[in-house]
Amino acid sequence: MVQADQPSGPTFGPAAAAVAPGTGDALAFRDVTCVRGGRVLFERLSFAVPPGGAALVTGPNGIGKSSLIRVAAGLLRPASGAIAGTAPRTLMAEAAALDAARPLRDALGFWAALDADPADPHGRVAQALHAVGLSHIAEVPVRLLSTGQRRRAALARVVASGAMVWLLDEPANGLDVASVTVLEHLIAAYRRRGGAVLVATHLPIALPDAQTISLL
Amino acid sequence: MTGLGALITRDVRIAWASGGVVNALAFFLLVTILFPFAVGPDTALLARIGGGAIWAAALLAALMPVERLVGPDAESGVLDQLSVRGFSMPVVAAAKIVAHWISFGPPLLLATVIAAGLLGLSTQTLGMVELGLLIGTPGLAALAVATAALVTGLRGAGSVAGLVMLPLAVPLLIFGAGSIDGGVGALKLLGAVSLMLVAGAPFVAGAAMRGTLD
Repeated sequence: MVQADQPSGPTFGPAAAAVAPGTGDALAFRDVTCVRGGRVLFERLSFAVPPGGAALVTGPNGIGKSSLIRVAAGLLRPASGAIAGTAPRTLMAEAAALDAARPLRDALGFWAALDADPADPHGRVAQALHAVGLSHIAEVPVRLLSTGQRRRAALARVVASGAMVWLLDEPANGLDVASVTVLEHLIAAYRRRGGAVLVATHLPIALPDAQTISLL
Repeated sequence: MTGLGALITRDVRIAWASGGVVNALAFFLLVTILFPFAVGPDTALLARIGGGAIWAAALLAALMPVERLVGPDAESGVLDQLSVRGFSMPVVAAAKIVAHWISFGPPLLLATVIAAGLLGLSTQTLGMVELGLLIGTPGLAALAVATAALVTGLRGAGSVAGLVMLPLAVPLLIFGAGSIDGGVGALKLLGAVSLMLVAGAPFVAGAAMRGTLD
């Protein structure tokens, strides 16, 4: 934890143009500083995730793991620094963002139709539901799902998206042991296909050869 | 563009499924029915003030669904997901305005026929009220979405929404009710106000929605 003991105005780090293009990283932070509510969460953070790579963000509650994910997703503007990598990203955050009244298949289909590659949303959703083991409740309204099923549904949206970068904020929350194993297998299979993963978690998730970003 | 269509369809579906459309119309008719009780069953008087009463009721009915227009989407992470998929918030706001008008405007125009019957309006007055509402309701819808975005995340958002929206809707009310006797000049001014709201609201609402992402 670094306290903001000096006015932390926007100290423009390397501009987006200065970030070497064509380095091949799916996602890269360059000297990123994140300030929330006058508090510096992390300062001059740099890391890069190549295609097929994974980065694990760890640290105690409230340290800024979720903020880091939101910065990577482009939802939070960093106080300084730049985020490189133009590959389509997909986000799994705490909120499921699925319409409660609609059947699971349709709620996921809405998002699949808005993905970067909107081709064949129904096929992708069916495959993703199968991958997370929810095919049998595809017709059940989202409001009737349990917490764990909702988390797996959110994971299905990520799987269906076909994006090159997965941003997962506490993906293991609410999952039972078997589902965590499914999650690990999904991530591993995705990385073998060249996907990059950024995971923030306080629960143990097996990510072979992942770099660890510890926020202290 | 397909994405925009999907956004509009989703919002219209939610408006109907949540009962928001029926509630707003029932509220609109109830408010118009209150006027005869308040001023007495004087047919001539009611026919004279009826058009204005319908406009006031339309304004209040437009306020009804404000709490569910943006707030639930900000809370459930829908705005986050749209932003990650590259939608800019003013575009999302514009889609919400179109969807809100579709689920609010035409039903209101139909309900106005019933209200006109209850208040004993002449056919000619009804025609002017309908024309005015047709021009003014897009402005009302835009104002409702902008207000909804501005009060998102506030405690007691519904009551604050009324305080924000009703003063800004006064020009619509003046020129809308004025057009019933005033004719073309008032209609043009009504159109101008409505157009200004429709053009400006997506940016106001978009900026407010961008703020909720932080």
